[in-house]
Amino acid sequence: MIRPALLALALITSWMTMSLWADVQFPILTGRVIDKEELLSSEERYRLTEQIQQYESESSNQLVVAILPDLQGLTIEEYANQLAREWKLGHKDKNNGILFLIAPNKRKVRIEVGYGLEGALTDALAANIIHTKVLPKFRRGAFSEGIETGVQSIIAVTKNEYVAEPIENKKDRRIAFLAGIFLILVMLHLFGTSMLSSPVHRRSYKRGRFGGYYGTGGFGGGYSSGGRPGGGFSGGGGGFGGGGASGGW
Amino acid sequence: MSSAAGNSLPSWHCILLCLLVALLSGCGINNIPTYDEQVKAAWAQVENQYQRRADLVPNLVKTVQAYAGHERETLQAVTEARAKVNSMQLDGNLLNDPVKLQQFEAAQSQLSSALARLMLVVERYPNLKANQNFLSLQSQLEGTENRISVARRDYIQAVQRYNREIRTFPGKIWHVILYRNMPLRETYQATTEGAEKAPEVNFQ
Repeated sequence: MIRPALLALALITSWMTMSLWADVQFPILTGRVIDKEELLSSEERYRLTEQIQQYESESSNQLVVAILPDLQGLTIEEYANQLAREWKLGHKDKNNGILFLIAPNKRKVRIEVGYGLEGALTDALAANIIHTKVLPKFRRGAFSEGIETGVQSIIAVTKNEYVAEPIENKKDRRIAFLAGIFLILVMLHLFGTSMLSSPVHRRSYKRGRFGGYYGTGGFGGGYSSGGRPGGGFSGGGGGFGGGGASGGW
Repeated sequence: MSSAAGNSLPSWHCILLCLLVALLSGCGINNIPTYDEQVKAAWAQVENQYQRRADLVPNLVKTVQAYAGHERETLQAVTEARAKVNSMQLDGNLLNDPVKLQQFEAAQSQLSSALARLMLVVERYPNLKANQNFLSLQSQLEGTENRISVARRDYIQAVQRYNREIRTFPGKIWHVILYRNMPLRETYQATTEGAEKAPEVNFQ
């Protein structure tokens, strides 16, 4: 009599804790600078994005600045770690993501460092950046200044940890594109001639094959975290283990 | 005719076997061992971070000693707790022995509270708090505590998933048929005495 009831209770509680965990909602990764509190002017945001983008194309490290209104009841350490994991910042095989999280309402700030950068941006260095570069400015109310120097210090510290893999430049891409088109033309020609000799299946064959070839024409695509502004920005699958430092003002 | 049927039978068997294997792996026959390995990996990470903290302690103690030598009791408590933790970490297979795991956790939380006390005591020494070396150690300690809590959370989630697999429908069947020797695992309990109470701070 008692055991089924207990089991049901256990099931319900486990279900409830699961849904509790699932309740933490994370904002969508829309760009390198996410300013939900409007602390930065659009010009400052643009400048910061440019800087970070430049840094990413040089070092392949993925840095995101997030200014968020609330932490959903978690501490900033927990929230930053879960958010960075949710966004999967950094490359999958390098784990070189950094999240610079600012919660103005809680007066808390954190630099969350991916596994691969823990050696370059140690906890002590991150704490140093927060306490000597960022917080003094925040205490004066100069938020955009503090954020900018914070970002610059992070960049300075981690600049030489990884060298970006050479991204093929525009010229290479154009050559690849031309070669691709040439190949497609050759194949079209081959299939066209072979289809002429079998007129019965012509129509269905044509559509299926042609569709297939257009489908593979993905030249120049697939750089999920390449140097493109705004659109198509996403994390690369990096891991986070709680490295970094936080502070409050 | 009959010979042709006899020839095709083994190939049918072969296809059936392949299909069965594909179906079985599709419905989670491998899940329990996979999740078990993930639990072990998550636990290794917890131990790793604890070790990192234990490695920080001697330096921290030395630095504090230089400025606050007469806080002998607090320093000694930290050193002893650390020694205890290290001796426990030496014997492996903690994960499969709930009693030992609990002892290990108790020792670690003892070290945590000893360190917390040390950090409170330190507040009384402005010279020490201005020391760069100490500041760096302090932030490393904070970072390591945070890593520990992340690793523990991962471990708890891994155990939860493993246990859920064993207790819920398809996994339960595989557990009965194949994995009887893999029991449910335990997650942490609050092992410190008075862990439910917030620590008291006196400002004199």
